[in-house]
Amino acid sequence: MAKVIRTANKEPFVEKPDDDMIICRCEEITKGEIRKAVYEGMRTMNEVKRFLRSGMGLCQGQTCQKLVQGIIASELKTKPSEVGMITGRAPVRPVDINTFSNNITDVKED
Amino acid sequence: MIEKRTADVIIIGGGIMGCATAYRLAKRGVDVLVLEKKEIGNGGSCRNAGGVRQSARDPKELPLAMYAVKNIWPTLGEELGVNVEYHQGGNLRLGLTESDIKVLENHTAKSTKLGLDVKMISGDEAREICPYMSKDVIAASWCATDGHANPLTTTLGFYKKALELGVTFITGVHVNEIVKVKGRARKVITDDGVYEADNILLCAGYESRRIANTVGIDAPVERQFNEVLVTEAQPKMFDVMIGVAGGEFYGHQSEHGSFVLGGNSGLQAFTSNNDNFVTNSLTAPSISRGIIKYFPVLKNCKVVRTWSGWYDQCIDVLPVIDNVKEVPGLTLGFGFSGHGFGISPAVSIALSELILDGESKTIDISQLKYDRFKPKK
Repeated sequence: MAKVIRTANKEPFVEKPDDDMIICRCEEITKGEIRKAVYEGMRTMNEVKRFLRSGMGLCQGQTCQKLVQGIIASELKTKPSEVGMITGRAPVRPVDINTFSNNITDVKED
Repeated sequence: MIEKRTADVIIIGGGIMGCATAYRLAKRGVDVLVLEKKEIGNGGSCRNAGGVRQSARDPKELPLAMYAVKNIWPTLGEELGVNVEYHQGGNLRLGLTESDIKVLENHTAKSTKLGLDVKMISGDEAREICPYMSKDVIAASWCATDGHANPLTTTLGFYKKALELGVTFITGVHVNEIVKVKGRARKVITDDGVYEADNILLCAGYESRRIANTVGIDAPVERQFNEVLVTEAQPKMFDVMIGVAGGEFYGHQSEHGSFVLGGNSGLQAFTSNNDNFVTNSLTAPSISRGIIKYFPVLKNCKVVRTWSGWYDQCIDVLPVIDNVKEVPGLTLGFGFSGHGFGISPAVSIALSELILDGESKTIDISQLKYDRFKPKK
């Protein structure tokens, strides 16, 4: 992880005409919300995800994460690779609790 | 810009304890620098099920929980300017067997003695509070003033507010050791050079022990692994925090609608994770079997993700919150043992007072000293 010095923004937040564009469709997070989160101090993909829920919906970020990464990088005036990627999470597709619970081979009996 | 290398207080660890204490100190006009190895809140702070619980707490840390619930949590969202999703929906701790009931009665008796309103209720009374649970639940402990909140927005909310008040955070810096100058903790040696402060607060989760060791201080804290599964959003079902006497799982339904349910397989100390935050294929099935025992209604609910984390387990399952006598200028705040989130807003008051006033005036933390650990007779 590269060293980053974080202090409060001195300039006021500037709104943009396309701020109401929806980026994360599952959780309905807009470009403006992502830009504001970065302005308020979130500097990595995971921090923005935790702060806003972008990438926490049914598709787990498979649709929007490249877009979110691009917006964060552009706000921070850095390369997309510098802001990282969200952590991949199992399961790849949603699996119901019953199916998980049936994963029994040798289970300790009560 | 000249790079910041000195401050009144350096905080090692950018988790919820570090962020919240930075916020309290900045409010009192102190110049604070927070050093964090990875991202903000990347440890247990953002990897817990969000319990804001007083029941079943050890009496030694109960004053912190009661203070936080009474005085801080109800207005914390407004204070920080984020939605911390605090819901005071109560806590049900469920029992299936006679021996479960004994466990619950024991906790209830201890908490009642300290003035906490918690009581034993029957299975049917529990089902009146939460109609979705199985008929197999025969008893529960009930604490109406417990609740839950969102650890992610709370941790990052404290961080955001601390930034606004002028705190500097440096992430991506690994702390190697603390060095004393004229007998007083003064220098923080990192892989990015030396930082200096009048006071140093060490709240780096399970890594605190390694760093405390560099000034000759030790505490029996080791890391422990736990996992959580998160479901797709469901219609609003209940607001209570759920725990079970048998320890199969714990959790709640979040404001968003998803269930956040944690637990372990029992083998977590021995399953390989290659030192990464990966989840193990044994764990989600174990948690799922536990959920179905108590909440069969959730069996067709889909899991969308699983995650894991380490917490800093102290040998007596209680935190260390104290000034170090042998090393003036050093304050410790770690070992929260998997239930630090709910008390974090109160812990930050205690830590800021320890640093600035030399003692915790507002909340009694006299049982949480760093030198309480003794060998057996």
